[in-house]
Amino acid sequence: MNLRKYLVLLAVMVFGGTGDVLLKRGMQELGPIHLDHLQELITALGNLWVVAGVLCLIAFFASYLTALSWADLSYVLPATALGYVLVAILSKYLLHEDVSAFRWIGILLISCGVGWVTRGPALTRHQREEHRVREHEEQHELA
Amino acid sequence: MNSLKLWSAIGMIVLASSAGDVLLSAAMKRIGDLDELRARNGLAAVVGRVFREKQFLMGLCCMAVGFFSLLTALSWGDASLVAPSSASLTFIVSAVMAKVFLKENVDGRRWVSALLVCIGVALLTQ
Repeated sequence: MNLRKYLVLLAVMVFGGTGDVLLKRGMQELGPIHLDHLQELITALGNLWVVAGVLCLIAFFASYLTALSWADLSYVLPATALGYVLVAILSKYLLHEDVSAFRWIGILLISCGVGWVTRGPALTRHQREEHRVREHEEQHELA
Repeated sequence: MNSLKLWSAIGMIVLASSAGDVLLSAAMKRIGDLDELRARNGLAAVVGRVFREKQFLMGLCCMAVGFFSLLTALSWGDASLVAPSSASLTFIVSAVMAKVFLKENVDGRRWVSALLVCIGVALLTQ
């Protein structure tokens, strides 16, 4: 893990959390959508908040895939859960929702989980790969 | 009976999105480090490579199934039950699937983290 990789994990959290909040803000302006009038969803794309939210979620997906290309799924999922905390904080200040004591305890637990998993290794090395890496290193040493 | 219907929809969300995550993860591991690939061949090549990967497309389909099960479950039950229970259960089921299908080394540290995040997410949506 290096700084660039931590920045990718940060991008997963920030874009995921911000995207959700922006979408919610846009959908609040539009009002409820009924399942038998799904074409209303097309008009939602004319709302600037919704467009910004969708762009954020595309950036989220791209950084999520990048993270999965060099880290385990069971590492990426908990490590990026701070996005939920961001949603709670943004909801409080941007959407003016109440954040109860329960939620603050939830935020604390998630933060502990994230801190705990990111101190461990990011990628499982299978035996065959380890063998390959060792060979590679030995070749370097010889050269 | 109704709660059985609701919980099977929640189970469907959890299974479909976890399977989607596992397939996406497997696809990305086959492709290799996306940053390095982009540095060598450019962004268009990365996008082309990702969309040619069969497991990636299967993963996307699973995600879509998960999304529509979520919409269905939301129309049957309260958002305050459906959203937190499906989001938090997904952390545990994904960890199990990552261990079984991706042979990831899910050690004590990762189980504890998955559990903490699972409880935390459930509390967050109270």
